[in-house]
Amino acid sequence: MWMIELPAFVPFFIGALFAAFTRGALRNALMLAVPIVSAIHLWMLPESVNVQFAFLEYQLIPYRVDKLSLMFGYVFHIAALIGIIYSLHLKDTVQQVSAMLYAGSGLGAVFAGDLLTLFVFWELLAFTSVFLIWARRTQRSYTAGMRYLIIQVLSGVILLVGTLFYAAENNTLEFSYIGLEGVGGWLIFIAFGIKCAFPIAHNWLTDAYPEATVTGTVFLSAFTTKVAVYALARAYPGTELLVYIGAAMTCFPIFFAVIENDLRRVLAYSLINQVGFMVVGIGIGTALAINGAVSHAFNDVIFKGLLFMSMGAVLHMTGKINGSELGGLYKTMPKTTILCIIGAASISAFPLFSGFVSKSMVMSAALEEGYDYIWLMLLFASAGVFHHAGIKIPYFAFFAHDSGIRVSDPPKNMLLAMAISAGLCIAIGIYPQALYSVLPYDTGYNPYDATHVLAQTQLLFFSALAFVWLNLKGFYPPELPSTNLDFDWLYRRVVPGVMQTMFSKIWQADRALREGFKSKLTLGLSFISGRDNRTSRFLSQNYPSGSMAMWVAVVLATYLLLSFIH
Amino acid sequence: MKAEKKYLFDDPKNTKRVLLFLYISCALLVILDFVIHRHIAHDWENVWAFYPIYGFVGCSILVFVATWMRTFLMRDENYYDKQDSTKVDAHHVDD
Repeated sequence: MWMIELPAFVPFFIGALFAAFTRGALRNALMLAVPIVSAIHLWMLPESVNVQFAFLEYQLIPYRVDKLSLMFGYVFHIAALIGIIYSLHLKDTVQQVSAMLYAGSGLGAVFAGDLLTLFVFWELLAFTSVFLIWARRTQRSYTAGMRYLIIQVLSGVILLVGTLFYAAENNTLEFSYIGLEGVGGWLIFIAFGIKCAFPIAHNWLTDAYPEATVTGTVFLSAFTTKVAVYALARAYPGTELLVYIGAAMTCFPIFFAVIENDLRRVLAYSLINQVGFMVVGIGIGTALAINGAVSHAFNDVIFKGLLFMSMGAVLHMTGKINGSELGGLYKTMPKTTILCIIGAASISAFPLFSGFVSKSMVMSAALEEGYDYIWLMLLFASAGVFHHAGIKIPYFAFFAHDSGIRVSDPPKNMLLAMAISAGLCIAIGIYPQALYSVLPYDTGYNPYDATHVLAQTQLLFFSALAFVWLNLKGFYPPELPSTNLDFDWLYRRVVPGVMQTMFSKIWQADRALREGFKSKLTLGLSFISGRDNRTSRFLSQNYPSGSMAMWVAVVLATYLLLSFIH
Repeated sequence: MKAEKKYLFDDPKNTKRVLLFLYISCALLVILDFVIHRHIAHDWENVWAFYPIYGFVGCSILVFVATWMRTFLMRDENYYDKQDSTKVDAHHVDD
């Protein structure tokens, strides 16, 4: 039964080959067929598959299917299909090939059963996705892509070192519960944390995603961080540290999101915020919390994709993405506006939209386990999400002041991709049981009781009221063309600045030292020559070039002679 | 020049209607608090209109703090681009 054991990344890598060598309608058809065929294949799999072979002394499991990995496998297929539909109009082989390879790498990583296989796909994720950033073909995207690549590869290297330590400590490479014990456990945790955009390791995301292409960002938002969430859920469930890290991730990005002008960067910050909810869930570690984290990852891939797609549509049609330059687009982009609002409602977790049915699980779990202050932080973050992603994104792009830009809705394929996502957001919101049935645990959770619905609706409506009040009173910070300093300031400005100053100081000292030595030497020589006429003559003696020629002749003659003797 | 088509929110009355809808909904939601019996999972939820107050105050604080953060975090749009170009210049001088 080799068909069952065919890993999910294989069809995507073959699809990348197709994409490289075909063009036009044929390429589109083949690219669409790949995720569909692969998804059917995945759907028909038994609940657990283990492909193993021995490598050196270790048992490698390049393909392992269980409930947790299946969940991510499903959503990655959905994301890949939606992303491919969204980019059907593209005629850029680089992007199409790298998107296929990237999606395949994501699948390879979630179905990896050992740490070495995970490492390989971990690095492939970085190398294949960076082309989606570079494909923008601007100076900015080039440098942002470089920074992205360096950080991602660094994460991979730390993972490899951690794996080696882990293998030495535990004598196994199996990728299952690891925990924060030993050097290996900590190093792997840090590697996962970098890809998961933990605070202070988060700027690769807000730096690079907004610089990627219109379609590239849609792919990027789906895979990298979710692979990291999966890895944490697999290896560190119930690690209390994650609760605090996750809570920090939910709160700090929303402040940056409120004052950010680039609307895709606002979404990048809100992506960190959403991943924070998942990290909290993994940290709490109960069945309900893990279910919440995993299902929120599932939903986030879809609604965040939808939001990135709608902003991508705006960028594609207007060539602009800054809130300060947009506004009033609802007039001529009504379909995009409505689809964007559906995404916004989902991420804000309005009842009947997908975010609500998953986020509430994490919140309930936090309360149940007695994390009161964490729960308050999550509640604040929930209100904040609605504020910056739910209202700000649609408001400044489609409403607010009229920018005078009159562009039509984007091409049909883009609209279709957004419509599919929007449909899924609503379907999951209305009928969450479908989603719950594929979750790792059966908790019998029901999000639609009066308490939850009322509390969440109150929270959101009064957040909206605050937005209106602040706007009418003129307290709301206007969208301004600006750059806001974040942690990356440290490595983009401070460290290079310090290094530059340090090196210029070193060069200066070096130059001064050498100049000083040279002048001392000259001084010494002139002193000697002034002191003693004989040495001066000796030092300035000339040899005629004739004598040089003679000596060369002598050497050659000797050489000739020697060769005869020999 | 042709006069442009009137769109939905070109009429200030429609904006007012949306706002009115929001105000009424908010009022209704607070009233519902008295009607619907909620399961209380935490003492804080017993505070009168806990969620509405938390949402409103939370968001206001969020915006005020974020606005204040602008005073020391905001630079102009090409901040990093300029940095890159000065670095290149400096490099040439050193060479």
